[in-house]
Amino acid sequence: MKYMLLLYSNESEIPQTPEEQQAAAPAWYAFMQEVQAAGVWVSNHGLSPVATATTVRVREGKTLTTDGPFAETHEQLGGYYVLDCPDLDEAIRWAAKIPSVTYGSIEIRPLNHWSQ
Amino acid sequence: MITKTQIETTFREEHGRVLAALISQLGDFALAEDALQDALVNALERWEVTGVPRNPGAWLMTAAKRRAIDHLRRAATWERKVPLLDLPDMEDEPEMDDAIADERLKLMFTCCHPALALDTQIALTLHTLGGLSTPEVARAFLVPVPTMAQRLARARKKIREAGIPYRVPPADLLPERLEALLAVLYLIFNEGYCTTGGDTLTRRELCGEAIRLGRVLVALMPQNAEVHGLLALMLLHDSRREARLNAAGELVLLEAQDRSRWEHGKIQEGIAVLDTALSLYDPGPYQVQAAISALHAEATTPEMTDWAQIAALYDTLLKLSPSRVVAVNRAVAVAMAQGWDVGLALLHQIEDVEDYYPYHAARADLWRRMNDRVAAAEAYQAAIHLCGNSAERAYLQKRLKEML
Repeated sequence: MKYMLLLYSNESEIPQTPEEQQAAAPAWYAFMQEVQAAGVWVSNHGLSPVATATTVRVREGKTLTTDGPFAETHEQLGGYYVLDCPDLDEAIRWAAKIPSVTYGSIEIRPLNHWSQ
Repeated sequence: MITKTQIETTFREEHGRVLAALISQLGDFALAEDALQDALVNALERWEVTGVPRNPGAWLMTAAKRRAIDHLRRAATWERKVPLLDLPDMEDEPEMDDAIADERLKLMFTCCHPALALDTQIALTLHTLGGLSTPEVARAFLVPVPTMAQRLARARKKIREAGIPYRVPPADLLPERLEALLAVLYLIFNEGYCTTGGDTLTRRELCGEAIRLGRVLVALMPQNAEVHGLLALMLLHDSRREARLNAAGELVLLEAQDRSRWEHGKIQEGIAVLDTALSLYDPGPYQVQAAISALHAEATTPEMTDWAQIAALYDTLLKLSPSRVVAVNRAVAVAMAQGWDVGLALLHQIEDVEDYYPYHAARADLWRRMNDRVAAAEAYQAAIHLCGNSAERAYLQKRLKEML
């Protein structure tokens, strides 16, 4: 079963300076190695900060474009992993190993049948 | 002549076991539940005429499997996807298989999975393992039937679509998951025991059901000390249920209860279960609470209560599972063992209790015993202001009046 693990955190709490980012990198690299070695990794990406977000809606044929994310929230979506796990317990186990889980949160969503 | 009640009792006893086995065989929670529901309707009609069969569980299992095959066949014809015979030889099975594998432990862990909301875990456990109907579960928790039906439907959907596993958790997850499972059973018990509002019959059923499930769990995990501890605790508390309210329906505190109304059979059983737990040498918070309850149960008069021993057990409990409830109870036990002022001093050291009514009630009670009516009245007022339970508030109000 494929699960998308959505990484939320407060952008002010993620590593900011190049030094901080460099210090955090090995943990992310190790996680990537581990999911790939376990054969559960499907895909992943990180997102640029919400300051770069644009939201689009089409209403009555008109395209409305606004600056900013869909909703202003305390924690922002920062990236995702898609993992192929036998069940939810396994997905929870992996989620608990994502480096940002100690300061942010991970939302686990099963992919629906059409996209599996 | 067989009565409807006899049939319903049989359903209650067989429901969890049959459903758990069905889910194992069908691999589909919702399909198994629907099929069993159909089989129960069928059984109700048949058994009123023929009587309850020799092995009602096997009868229900066979009937439910047939219904499940019907469901699948219809779905297969409509959708033309024919995964139908993924189910091997179901029709070749003998008429009645007498031995239904006991898969209830898997069902318990699935129902109490932390990915489900606590309310849902409780409702699902009562519904699938306890065999309580949706209206019965709704009534027990004072929510409208459609709300409860929706909650249960959503839970089934999440179990299937989010891939909540149907199994006993592996060793590394087991302690944490078992703790959650025990907490759900104890919540069901307390819902019946502590809430004095609502229908007393339903309340009694909730206590009875929690104890029944506790027994099932003891049979399935006989080597786990805390499982025994929880059953002992529930039995010992339950032995005092009738004595907790007087004829007028008012709350009677332990000290003032008519001890002849305690159920001695339950006390003896509770103590025996606790002994088994202790013989496994793996202490835990339920065993300690059961031991405290047993000391109360063994005292034939309030004066004979071994408060020193109870205070020592609260010390242990505070280390095992620190909380303000335990801290307040410990202070009260110390007050009873060593003197009101010693207990009062301990109470005043507890943090974050200003909004907690048992704290104010405990202070009030100690000041009352020390004859400080002004301080007692003030603390009773604070407790009344914070207390949400009507029976307990009525008790506090009565005490307050005595102080004025």
